[in-house]
Amino acid sequence: MDEKANGIGTVETQFFTFDELFLELGEKLGPVTLAYETYGTLNKQKNNAILILHALTGDAHVAGWHEGDKKPGWWDEMVGPGRAFDTDKYFVICSNVLGGCKGSTGPASLNPKTGKTYGLEFPIITIGDIVNAQEKLIDHFGIKKLLAVAGGSMGGMQALEWFVSKHPKIQSSIVIATAYKHSPQQIAFNEVGRQAIMSDLDWMEGDYYGKAVPSKGLAVARMIGHITYMSDISMEQKFGRQVKTEKQPFKFTAEFEVEGYLLYRGGAFVKRFDANSYLYITKAMDLYDASRGEPLAQVFNGIQSRMMAIAFESDWLYPPYQTHEIVKACKMAGVNATSCKIESTYGHDAFLLEIEEESHLIRHFLKKVYEEIQVTQVYEI
Amino acid sequence: MKSEKLQLDYKVILDIIQPQSTVLDLGCGEGDLLALLVKENKVKGQGIEIDDNCVFKCVEKGVSVYHGDLDTGLSDYQDNSFDYVILNQTMQQLRKPDAVIKEALRVGRKVIIGFPNFCYLTSRLQIFFRGRVPVTPSLPYDWYDTPNLHFLSIRDFDLYCSRRGVNVEKTVYLSKNNLVNILPNLFARNAIYVIS
Repeated sequence: MDEKANGIGTVETQFFTFDELFLELGEKLGPVTLAYETYGTLNKQKNNAILILHALTGDAHVAGWHEGDKKPGWWDEMVGPGRAFDTDKYFVICSNVLGGCKGSTGPASLNPKTGKTYGLEFPIITIGDIVNAQEKLIDHFGIKKLLAVAGGSMGGMQALEWFVSKHPKIQSSIVIATAYKHSPQQIAFNEVGRQAIMSDLDWMEGDYYGKAVPSKGLAVARMIGHITYMSDISMEQKFGRQVKTEKQPFKFTAEFEVEGYLLYRGGAFVKRFDANSYLYITKAMDLYDASRGEPLAQVFNGIQSRMMAIAFESDWLYPPYQTHEIVKACKMAGVNATSCKIESTYGHDAFLLEIEEESHLIRHFLKKVYEEIQVTQVYEI
Repeated sequence: MKSEKLQLDYKVILDIIQPQSTVLDLGCGEGDLLALLVKENKVKGQGIEIDDNCVFKCVEKGVSVYHGDLDTGLSDYQDNSFDYVILNQTMQQLRKPDAVIKEALRVGRKVIIGFPNFCYLTSRLQIFFRGRVPVTPSLPYDWYDTPNLHFLSIRDFDLYCSRRGVNVEKTVYLSKNNLVNILPNLFARNAIYVIS
């Protein structure tokens, strides 16, 4: 079966630039560019738009194919004609996050004040800032209310932030494998990643652009990440204690398959991701607290948008209890919500892999939300 | 769906619940009753269900459902969060029915409980003449594969309500297709209670 023929087909990343963004921690940033992609058609009433939010190292390219690429977008199986995010019915938007390195303004962008790349001159950003930038893009399309915002992991944090701070602008929020705030364990893993980058001599206080990049540090950060994305069982199934066949030139050359896999993943990541972006974005995740220090239920009080919360059994990076904390707040605040814990052995990666279950839940949830607004609009006429 | 085709217990519950009210269905299964209540009585409905396949079915029907366990899942709710809490054909499968009923009464203004009557005539005859644990249409399982942890009769539940000081607002007794008015503990397969 030709994968390309059934999906979205060839797509191109677009860019949207606006003058200025006031950041939550007090600074101003501008101009700001967001890289984005869209799929499907925005209807006349502009009420069929869905914003998909990517995870830590994702990008705007959710679905379809870029010219010459060997792989489609990162959630291609979920987005397309007849898929869960059905582009025959909905208009799907995804943008690269503020602070990212896939076309949106971030530490690797040019600082207009100095004429040089930002590096560490780039201000600390928050999940709130990321969402505020996305809101400008949505406004640019003239969309008053999104049908849904949806994302996993850090994408889930953004979906939650939309739910908390911009609920009049969304009909529903789909939060997957996420937390309303990072636990010390999650902060700890991120900190080890950041320390790996910053201890690389090539990092140079973030001023490495145009020179050697801190590739060793960034690769180690990514390797740690990958360990936390898998589970004990999925690693056992994928690698066992299998050893590589080549002769060992050095005593500590990677000999187990799992070692080789991590090195390969680390190495591949360095080619596609900026080390400073990794620092800034992981920091934004660690700083996030949807509850603003209050009981989460209090923050949810009075929110009319619907919520769908999905967790995965073997996810130990964002364990199901963290999704349950969000669900508990929904119960206390009387939010119209649905939750599901999906059986999976894939660990945190499950949100990218358990396509069948996720598709079922999301497809029907969206259908319900879309039907409801159509009923409401008939009454309004 | 035409009303005469409805399961009798669903019809009884639909008649009890006031339109536009808020409803929590504990152990909502595949969400059929909740979907009906939302459609017919325009209630604001929420289900809780432990089985993941049932949760998928609920979502398919557009029913809002939490995937979770009833023995612990109620403590998150504040007092009187719902007009009605439903425990239809659920109570006998709970580990601690007493605790869940108490919680349901706290969370809901009224609780609707539907349960199979273990002392239905056929069951009694099976025990008496066959000397075996009964297997009947409302209790269709063998001892080794039953999800039911507790067996009770209508009289048992009356006794429970009076011991716990629970106010019984309404009782409806059901056979397969009809309501039962005489000797319910002998002739009713199922009972539906509204308690508060």
